[in-house]
Amino acid sequence: MRYFEDIAVGERFTVGRHTFKADEIKSFAARFDPQPFHLDEGAAQASHFGALCASGWHTAVMWMRLMVAQRKREVEAARACGEPVAAIGPAVGLRELKWLRPVYVDDTIDYAYEVIERRPSVSRPDVGLLTVRSTGVNQRGEAVISFVSTTFIERRPS
Amino acid sequence: MPKLHWEDFETGTVGVYGPRLVTREEIVAFAAEFDPQPMHLDEAAASATLLGGLAASGWHSCCLLMRIIADGFINESHSMGAPGVDEVRWLKPLRPGTRVRVRATVLDKRASNSRPELGFVRGLFEMLDEQGEVLTTLESSLMVKRRPPEARP
Repeated sequence: MRYFEDIAVGERFTVGRHTFKADEIKSFAARFDPQPFHLDEGAAQASHFGALCASGWHTAVMWMRLMVAQRKREVEAARACGEPVAAIGPAVGLRELKWLRPVYVDDTIDYAYEVIERRPSVSRPDVGLLTVRSTGVNQRGEAVISFVSTTFIERRPS
Repeated sequence: MPKLHWEDFETGTVGVYGPRLVTREEIVAFAAEFDPQPMHLDEAAASATLLGGLAASGWHSCCLLMRIIADGFINESHSMGAPGVDEVRWLKPLRPGTRVRVRATVLDKRASNSRPELGFVRGLFEMLDEQGEVLTTLESSLMVKRRPPEARP
């Protein structure tokens, strides 16, 4: 399982895909983003979106869920080979989060990320900071979400 | 009360919304559903991480902030959603049992060039704990419907 030192700028990884169903769009919105166009088909149809669509935060958190699932698989594979596992997280922040297009009912979003920056931590010699640009693309090939996030990752023990 | 249009937002205005008590149960439930990393699920595992103890997922903080401002003013406005978020900074962990508020400051506003029916309102949203410490900051532009041309000042 790779440490800070083992990851190169420009590397690209797939994360996974998710299909957004009407029930989960509404359930998420009722809890965190109760705007009419995320809650109700009729209200959404009358809005500028034209149909029920997911909260942008919902599109973002599904990336996180898929990232964690993928990492779990990688950790299990590393442990099975007796390899050490580098600790990742928490994230310190994100920027340039863009909701480029609405995510409508039954849209399937494919998520991926690319490493864009890597730097050692000034205050903590045991960790580095990894910055990645993540994207989500729908089944028509249109980008729906993009953001840049920075996370702590363990350095290779010397 | 009539809903707010873009014209009703003023640069420099500050509003404080909430409070909302964030329980251990909801931190763990959110993490289990969307961010199942040990630092958001389990005290013992969390104390071994950089967070130094159980804390909410950063995404949970964003979602709670969204809910607080939706109840606070967005659903009292002609909101047309948001094109994105310029920046989120997770400055301090959100711990179980914290009563949070959100301070919203209107940074600036501008009419849309391409879509005359709406304008952008850029805000700074800060999640605060009981002591007024800033836990999370978020800068974002909201799209708000404009008044009909004949009703504009």
